[in-house]
Amino acid sequence: MSDTLRPTTPAPAATAAPAPDGPPPAAPLLDVQGLRVEFRTRDGVARAVNGVSYQVHPGETLAVLGESGSGKSVTAQAVMGILDTPPGKVTGGRVLFHGRDLLTLPEDERRRLRGARMAMVFQDALSALNPVMTVGDQLAEMFTVHRGASRRDARARAVELMDRVRIPAARERARDYPHQFSGGMRQRIMIAMAIALEPELLIADEPTTALDVTVQAQVMDLLAELRRDLGTALVLITHDLGVVAEVADRIAVMYAGRIVETAPVHALYERPAHPYTRGLLDSVPRLDRRDGELYAIQGMPPSLTRVPPGCAFHPRCPRAREVCRTEEPPSHPVADGRASACHFWKETLDDLR
Amino acid sequence: MPDTRDPAADPDDARSPYGNPHEAVAPTGGGGALDLAAGEAGTLGAPERPRSLWSDARHQLARDPVFLLSALLIAFLLFIAAWPGALASGDPLSCDLALSQEGSRPGAPFGYDTQGCDVFTRTVYGARASITVGVCATLGTALLGGVLGALAGFFGGWWDALLSRLADVFFGIPVILGGLVLLSVVTSSTVWPVVGFIVLLGWPQVARIARGAVLATAQADYVQAARALGAGRGRTLLRHVAPNAVAPVIVVATIALGTYIALEATLSFLGVGLRPPTVSWGIDISNAAPQIRNAPHMLLWPAGALSLTVLAFILLGDAVRDALDPKLR
Amino acid sequence: MGRYVIRRALQMVPVFLGSTLLIFVMVYALGDPVAALFGDKAPDPATAARIRHDLYLDQPLWRQYLHYMGQILHGDFGSAFNGQPVTELMAAAFPVTLKLTLVAVVLEAVFGIALGVASGLRRGRPLDTGLLALTLIVISVPTFVSGYLLQLVFGVKLGWTRPSVSPAARLDELLLPGLVLALVSLAYVTRLSRTSVAENARADYVRTAVAKGLPRHRVVSRHLLRNSLIPVVTFIGADIGALMGGAIVTERIFNIHGVGYQLYQGILRNNAPTVVGFVTVLVIVFLLANLLVDLLYAVLDPRIRHA
Repeated sequence: MSDTLRPTTPAPAATAAPAPDGPPPAAPLLDVQGLRVEFRTRDGVARAVNGVSYQVHPGETLAVLGESGSGKSVTAQAVMGILDTPPGKVTGGRVLFHGRDLLTLPEDERRRLRGARMAMVFQDALSALNPVMTVGDQLAEMFTVHRGASRRDARARAVELMDRVRIPAARERARDYPHQFSGGMRQRIMIAMAIALEPELLIADEPTTALDVTVQAQVMDLLAELRRDLGTALVLITHDLGVVAEVADRIAVMYAGRIVETAPVHALYERPAHPYTRGLLDSVPRLDRRDGELYAIQGMPPSLTRVPPGCAFHPRCPRAREVCRTEEPPSHPVADGRASACHFWKETLDDLR
Repeated sequence: MPDTRDPAADPDDARSPYGNPHEAVAPTGGGGALDLAAGEAGTLGAPERPRSLWSDARHQLARDPVFLLSALLIAFLLFIAAWPGALASGDPLSCDLALSQEGSRPGAPFGYDTQGCDVFTRTVYGARASITVGVCATLGTALLGGVLGALAGFFGGWWDALLSRLADVFFGIPVILGGLVLLSVVTSSTVWPVVGFIVLLGWPQVARIARGAVLATAQADYVQAARALGAGRGRTLLRHVAPNAVAPVIVVATIALGTYIALEATLSFLGVGLRPPTVSWGIDISNAAPQIRNAPHMLLWPAGALSLTVLAFILLGDAVRDALDPKLR
Repeated sequence: MGRYVIRRALQMVPVFLGSTLLIFVMVYALGDPVAALFGDKAPDPATAARIRHDLYLDQPLWRQYLHYMGQILHGDFGSAFNGQPVTELMAAAFPVTLKLTLVAVVLEAVFGIALGVASGLRRGRPLDTGLLALTLIVISVPTFVSGYLLQLVFGVKLGWTRPSVSPAARLDELLLPGLVLALVSLAYVTRLSRTSVAENARADYVRTAVAKGLPRHRVVSRHLLRNSLIPVVTFIGADIGALMGGAIVTERIFNIHGVGYQLYQGILRNNAPTVVGFVTVLVIVFLLANLLVDLLYAVLDPRIRHA
């Protein structure tokens, strides 16, 4: 089918403009408020996201940290509007982008935002790229669909993009299929696709988890560099504490579908205000402490169909008391730009390592 | 107890170049399949207690109305196949030409055929041949194909190559044509030539499934672990590989049972399957066909019984597959 | 690509030889064609011996087979026992069956894919559930039953078509027989497309396409369908050979003088040259269809092309 035959929508100038009243400079680019997502499964309703709130300011990098199953990817998918529905369903909250709630936006308007102003990099580029389309076509599609570019122009832009993410012999390789690239190169293509239209917000869902360690650093560096050049805000979803320390400005730690702690990156590393964060940090092997045994958080993450009452972390928490079993801790402001959802955040904060 | 949720080979070999569409495994999907977002699925719905594939399947089947309905129907069919006299008091072979093509009347609800035989009695007695052929042919193909396929998958090498080529040769023969050629010279009026023919052309389909399942299971980590711990090859095959490769074979065999019944009827219809005096739906339909304008009832009753029987087994196979294929959940 | 094609083609040679040998053995080893030639009369021993010699029947089976294969390579399929060259019978029969098969394949592809895609995109909705149930019912009704039923309804009761097909076998006459021939395959294609679409709809690359902000019709047509239909197209390709072989039942119901009719006559009269010749050609068609499928697979799926 020819691209020129289908009615392509020109650049969505109307939606591209900031909200009419113009947000003040300090206003967040993305403001997630009390987001709730449920999955209806055979074993009951899984509450994957239970009231997540976070903000991302223009140009900022927020790392969302958590184990698999903590709801970090589901949150991102709900923000992007690519949740599998059914079984998934957003049951509450707001997702403000430039002050406009994406969840109430007509689907067509929301679609125009996707890819153009907010884009996503997926974990496994091999399955995330279409196996029967050349990578050049997959990149060019961004320009023909969102910008109404001609096939020729779109192709040229695709090759430029591949150059930009440093794929050697980009012109020739644009005709290749995803399986003909190495893992690192595929992830570069994924990144190229995400930055194609220079979006204001980039969500990267464990972008380096599937890669070899040596390639991980290269891809992460590329991502950081492009983010800097384009001034893009980045939500980096990861479980890798090392990556976080290098690139993130702020961290949000997720557990069982909630954010248990948010903090600027260095503050969090120095003095965590939540026992779960503390446990995560302690379980990283450190070269300067080779004497003791490696710490591990006890127990298993909870099944999301049966989240424990009270604080979801209490069955695994060394600091748990009676109140933790009955009362869900609210988000306590710890300091400027810091919050912890722990009844005993003060004690945790003061507990020196 | 090894983790039985490990990958079973996909029984939907859509590319299976088998001669007859009747023989292809129905490529169906699971309606209730559920995949959560990538990377997040790990703990969602993780079972609190370890459940095995089989107890899971039993659980699901017990609640599946399609399974219960088809099982009930099959139980009924098995009953009348064993004791047709319990339902039809007459003799399917005693006919009265004076009653030729008469419609339904008290005592003969389905009317009479051209020979003046009672259609109801013949329809009831026809179940025996269909069920016997279906069950025996399925057992035969499942055993022969299952064992040969499992050995090919497990031992590999020249044995695998030889068997795969042999299977290809049998796949290369269109089923109905093969039946016409091979069965036309047979004069026996028992069911065994038909059963033998179906097994002869049917085993490669099961063998492919079994081979694939064994290959997939043999790669599984726990089997590798068992071998690394020094379990012998025979022991590994019997204790670890075979139990997990059995599920796909059962699935494909159950679905095949229905298609084998249809195949037997088709061959009988063409005059090379079962022969009179065996009472067979295929023969009765064939005899009724020329009179379809004047006396459609002669065709419709055995045709309906045949279709319903095939449907019952296909539904059963479908339900069993949905229950036994964890990927479809 | 070229090497892939050659490899697949070479793999077919032993399969072809094996399948034809099997048919050859079945026909010649199990029945006595000379006895059949004389019908109920006891054959005169001298004449029988002469016929056997002429037809190579006095040779060991493997020599007969090699001789026959050698003849086929020269386009000589021998003569039926009434002296008519088998190729002449084929020239009359194959175009008819080919037409019937084409009608069936078109119906199977168009309706099967359309219904399957519609169903797969609405997984779990009433349309999907209803169609799935319907396909199972269609699969359960053997072709010779559905054939007579449709003939009764459309040919006799409604009178839309004539119940049997004229010797010319025009395309419009073949619509109903084609549908009967296609019906079971059509149901399979529906189920296969439905499963494939439903499975691929959850694939990561479809999620990516949505995340790229593509309109839904483009996500479906450019990304979802191109991947989902690969197994469907290959199923239909392989089915061409199966349908030609299976046409025998349909041809008998609608009195179509095609391959099935000739074969049936040949088998009834134990006319070995006709039977072996026709079946050999059908096996070739069958294998060629499978080769075509492999090629199609390579064209449609770059992962195989570059393997």
